[in-house]
Amino acid sequence: MLAYTIKRILLMIPTLLGVAVLVFFMLRVMPGDDVVDLMLRAEGANVPQHVIDAERTRLGLDQPIAVQFVRWITDMARGDLGISMWTGRPVAYEIGVRLELSLQVALMATLLAVIIALPLGTLSAIFKNTWIDHIIRVVSIAGLAVPSFWLGMLIILFLLTTFSWIPPITFTPFLEDPWLNLSQLIWPAMAVGYRYSAVATRMTRSSILEVMQEDYIRTARAKGVFERLVVARHGMRNAMLPVVTVIGLEFAFLIGGLVVTEQVFNLNGIGRLFVQAVARSDYTMIQSLVLLVAVCFILINFLIDMLYAVLDPRIRYS
Amino acid sequence: MTTAADITYALPKRRSPVVQFITVQPLGSLGLAVIVVMCLAAAFAPWVAPHDPFELNYITILAAPSWEHPFGTDNFGRDVFSRVIYGARTALAIGFLSSLVGCTIGALIGVISAYFGGWVDNIVQRVMDVIMSFPIIVLALTVVAVLGKNIVLGIDLNLIIAIGLPMIPKVARVVRSSALAIREMPYIDAARACGYSHGRIVLRHIVPNVVAPYLIMLTAFVAQAILLEASLSFLGLGVTEPTPSWGLMLSGSAADFYLEAPWMIIFPGVAISLAVFAFNLFGDSLRDWLDPKITT
Repeated sequence: MLAYTIKRILLMIPTLLGVAVLVFFMLRVMPGDDVVDLMLRAEGANVPQHVIDAERTRLGLDQPIAVQFVRWITDMARGDLGISMWTGRPVAYEIGVRLELSLQVALMATLLAVIIALPLGTLSAIFKNTWIDHIIRVVSIAGLAVPSFWLGMLIILFLLTTFSWIPPITFTPFLEDPWLNLSQLIWPAMAVGYRYSAVATRMTRSSILEVMQEDYIRTARAKGVFERLVVARHGMRNAMLPVVTVIGLEFAFLIGGLVVTEQVFNLNGIGRLFVQAVARSDYTMIQSLVLLVAVCFILINFLIDMLYAVLDPRIRYS
Repeated sequence: MTTAADITYALPKRRSPVVQFITVQPLGSLGLAVIVVMCLAAAFAPWVAPHDPFELNYITILAAPSWEHPFGTDNFGRDVFSRVIYGARTALAIGFLSSLVGCTIGALIGVISAYFGGWVDNIVQRVMDVIMSFPIIVLALTVVAVLGKNIVLGIDLNLIIAIGLPMIPKVARVVRSSALAIREMPYIDAARACGYSHGRIVLRHIVPNVVAPYLIMLTAFVAQAILLEASLSFLGLGVTEPTPSWGLMLSGSAADFYLEAPWMIIFPGVAISLAVFAFNLFGDSLRDWLDPKITT
């Protein structure tokens, strides 16, 4: 187990390096405007060539690409994410001030999804092919189809028409005023959580249906165990593995959902920062954010694999 | 006297696959029906749409739905119904094309990776791992940022690459696992013993056998592509004005006006959801029908 864990951790390094190389060279090798061009366009004036050159030198864009890459990687290794090419502030600072908000929405959406998905998926499996099952399945297939940003707009529209109220725009940390904080962030969490819970509900349903075919379920029933206990003890517990996987994987993809949803709710989070960085060709910001997300994704994958062994004693890695 | 020629054999009645599909998969057929209607509306948009989708009309700005304008009008007085119909063109064209590009490249990579095995397989799999560790929209946005726009015949080719790229590793993975099983089949050994070239074995003997998972993923990813196109356009980094696109209709000025004129966002959103819903339903049924073992 320990050997396997170490091997998995070591295997993360080439993947991360691959992500770094891919992002870095994609941004720099391809033709297109860099941040300096965009700034000049924003200024709208004729800027003399030596000013442009000076600016490129200051940002390190005049160096050979290989040199830039090595500098970036060594800086990253020392924990220095660099300076945003657009705002001029450290990337770590820009991410830091927005992380709390995005993380909270992501966690709330996950919580919401789990609370909804487990009971609904189980119900759907127990009452397979009845109207309860049909309704739950249609609702969850719809969850895969409805874009989260549109759902967000509908939520705002609903709040306005029914309560003549719109969620506050300025962010209040949870510890400062939990009520105000929740009244702002619960809505985006619902908007992204719908799809999330739909995916988890479908997984729970099919996983439980599969487990209920097993011999030990028949044995439990033959022993005369109450059906409710059969489902709860023998069924659900064994069905949780794939559900945990889906919840973990979707958590990483939640960042993607936030990219668009934050736009609708005017939230200044990581997703919005990414969209702005892309629009402004802010290379240092884009590469740091992409790497951050990739690290999250790879770590979550790793944790899920480890969790498998904890949840299911039959699984042993060697 | 009867001769052999007079005897007729009662062959079991073979129903066409289409009829079979409709009876076995009613929900999938519903999805297919919606897809067909959308394709027809998109193809014959100039005849179906009651108004010109680009026509500005300052008299009917933000008009509520009526007989004249079934879905109302937007802040430029453009007919929302006509724009939704023309938007189907954009959504379906980009959806099909990017899914076709992404799935075909992914399938080829998967087959090659499985067939050659060894270090080729190892390298390909590591590269796929790298691409998979980007969330879909983050990867698409990065590609958009890098490539910019490249419009040919009214379609942004770079947008198609951006939407198709995230599909490649997933398709490659599924196709690879099917191709791995086929590689061990005796007829592949036979083909090799006959001295056929790698190209011929791959194209004539392996590729036809992975068509089922390929088709299933092709349909499933059209849904993802439509959703992604809508998201990118919504962020202002996909299709640009004045091209009618469902995602675009939800962004920009719609964001400023939708609280007064909810019809501006309700109908394009319904169109996106309906299209994705239909492709998901059809894709699911197609999977159950063609190959119940595959999960995408």
